[in-house]
Amino acid sequence: MLNKKDLLGIKELSVEEIDLILDTAAGFKDVLRRDIKKVPTLRGKTAVNLFFEPSTRTRTSFELAAKRLSTDVINFSVPTSSVVKGESLIDTALTVQALGADFIIIRHSSSGVPHLLAKKLRASVINAGDGTNEHPTQALLDAFTIREKKRKIEGLDIAIVGDIIHSRVAKSNIYSLTKLRARVRLIGPPTLIPKEMEGIGVGVFHNMEDGLKNVDVVMMLRIQMERQGRGFFPSTEEYFKNWGLTPERLSLAKDDVIVMHPGPMNRGVEIASEIADGPKSVILEQVTNGLAVRMAVMYLLAGVKR
Amino acid sequence: MRILIEKGHIIDPSQGIDGIGDVLIEDGKIKEVRAKSKEQGAESKKQKPHKSNSELRTIDAKRMFVIPGLIDMHVHLREPGFEYKETIKTGTAAAIRGGFTTVCCMPNTYPINDNASVTEFIIRKAAQEGLCTVLPIGAITKGQKGEELAEIGTMRNEGCVAFSDDGQPVMNSLIMRRVLEYSKAFDVPIISHCEDLTLSEGGVMNEGLLSVTLGLRGIPAEAEEIMVFRDIMLAGLTGGRLHIGHVSTEGSVKLIRDAKRRGVNVTAETCPHYFSLTEDALRDYDTNAKVNPPLRTKRDIEAIKEGLKDGTIDVIATDHAPHHRDEKLREFDLAPLGISGLETALPLSLRLVDEGVLTMNQLVEKMSFNPARILGISSKGSLKQGSDAGVTILDTKKEVRVEAEKFVSKGKNTPFDGWVLKGMVVITISKGRICEWQ
Repeated sequence: MLNKKDLLGIKELSVEEIDLILDTAAGFKDVLRRDIKKVPTLRGKTAVNLFFEPSTRTRTSFELAAKRLSTDVINFSVPTSSVVKGESLIDTALTVQALGADFIIIRHSSSGVPHLLAKKLRASVINAGDGTNEHPTQALLDAFTIREKKRKIEGLDIAIVGDIIHSRVAKSNIYSLTKLRARVRLIGPPTLIPKEMEGIGVGVFHNMEDGLKNVDVVMMLRIQMERQGRGFFPSTEEYFKNWGLTPERLSLAKDDVIVMHPGPMNRGVEIASEIADGPKSVILEQVTNGLAVRMAVMYLLAGVKR
Repeated sequence: MRILIEKGHIIDPSQGIDGIGDVLIEDGKIKEVRAKSKEQGAESKKQKPHKSNSELRTIDAKRMFVIPGLIDMHVHLREPGFEYKETIKTGTAAAIRGGFTTVCCMPNTYPINDNASVTEFIIRKAAQEGLCTVLPIGAITKGQKGEELAEIGTMRNEGCVAFSDDGQPVMNSLIMRRVLEYSKAFDVPIISHCEDLTLSEGGVMNEGLLSVTLGLRGIPAEAEEIMVFRDIMLAGLTGGRLHIGHVSTEGSVKLIRDAKRRGVNVTAETCPHYFSLTEDALRDYDTNAKVNPPLRTKRDIEAIKEGLKDGTIDVIATDHAPHHRDEKLREFDLAPLGISGLETALPLSLRLVDEGVLTMNQLVEKMSFNPARILGISSKGSLKQGSDAGVTILDTKKEVRVEAEKFVSKGKNTPFDGWVLKGMVVITISKGRICEWQ
């Protein structure tokens, strides 16, 4: 069991805890392969998806993960909630808890919101993405996918490409993959990679060709279209010319390279369709693994006596 | 009424007094000070107490320091408009609790203090309800919009002692130039909140590895330093009186030091949080440590201490910025900026004396004498005969635990909650009243 009430970020996890989650997820993945994909493990528990930002895949994944564990799920999304009537974040969360929530799965555009709620709530808080801080379950499912494909993580060369500075997925992956002793390198324009990153034990490349050489894993990030025109890069066309993942560029990586993307993808902006749909892509497997990892997280947090 | 403060350790930089002695107050004015001055090593004045028929209250100040009432040239009293955060009454009550007998309130109220009628309101309200002297700071531009000059001369006549668009820095260099020129006619300082808003846009903390780690938008030190440099250049160009507010970075200290060497008419202040805390206070997303300019790094703290020590930084002000607890108890990005500082400023600053950064005399200079000099209020910041009898008596040995919930201020927003600090204000004499605490 995880000796924690909440999953706030990878920063807060030890290597042993990450391994435990990944091992547990492997067991749940077996469950998902069965004809009857549901276990009674967390029957009677209640999970609330408290999403202050639009999300389809993460919310659905958590919802289905909870249902596979026989947990009741409520989706509480902003446009339908009393938040639009001016209710404070804390009041909303306390209300949800009062309804009997055991898990509060929170996504918010402000970094640190899960930490604030974790302090104020008895329920387990699971961070489903906070601002530009972390998205821990995405990093866990990515690590799970890499481990499944490569049978190990230690010693692999892994490139994370794109909008690092705004990406909570990148942050969580940097923390988890360096903890698991992979060699991580970041590739992208200097405006999208904070210069401080070089100080935390990752390589930084501004040239895509140099960065992709001999890597085992390429992890693409979504380029948020709203960054265009904000001075981060001049146009999506220029971005793709320099940092888009094309078959030619991918050929610089190892032959058995795998390509990952947390979705949603912008085809033709950060990734060419031939790659997204090609044999090296594990993008859809990531989605499946997300279920298993989220089941594992809920299962392991539920074991903590409070 | 007469008040005799006996046997305290008197420190008064205005007269070079640093020794044991007595202070006699009569009808709200300093009547007499008898003490050994350090330089002379002799009694500075030897007169018999005047005979008078009025009642004499004697205060035993043995083992205490007796200093001119502190002057905070940078507070937000929130009234008019934001009385749920603070009022003139509660803000001045917090001031005297913290040993301040004069505070200067920034103009970002609602309505903004950009015209004489708001100035008049503040002064009248402060006369009725204020527990210490309140000297308003007027806005530089109408509506603090940075576009058109406010009626500085009229507000000056009504009682404003300085001008600032604090919180809404004047981005237009031409307007800043004009105000530094125009204000010379009234001999008032222009207090600049130095922040390049285009560079700091969306930022909520210091830019660096920690802001990346926390996923919070950073404000680089350069956002402050660029404007410090601009304003120094404009002060040089115009000869206007520039006072740099809340200095937070090493680079700013260097720029100001260099400008002073070159003879530019510039003074500067910092706040206790900029020499007491680093950005690490934000590690747990504590909104009570969210302040503008943001808490910086150890290196900056060292530079600020050095600047205080060598006189580059003239003043310690609080930037007292009270907020309602509900406003701070929310998303970090959305929580308002500021620290409720009046009740912790003196003990935090006394740590500088303990560390050997400042002498007690220098501390009193930075918290009383220098602000009075910069603001041109000669009747304050001194224990000279005839000065206003704002007097602070403090026990620098006594340890006190900071308890935010017990703050007199409405604003309980402090990152120092639970800290044990040395130095307690025992008595503040303000507006002829003796306020005493155990």
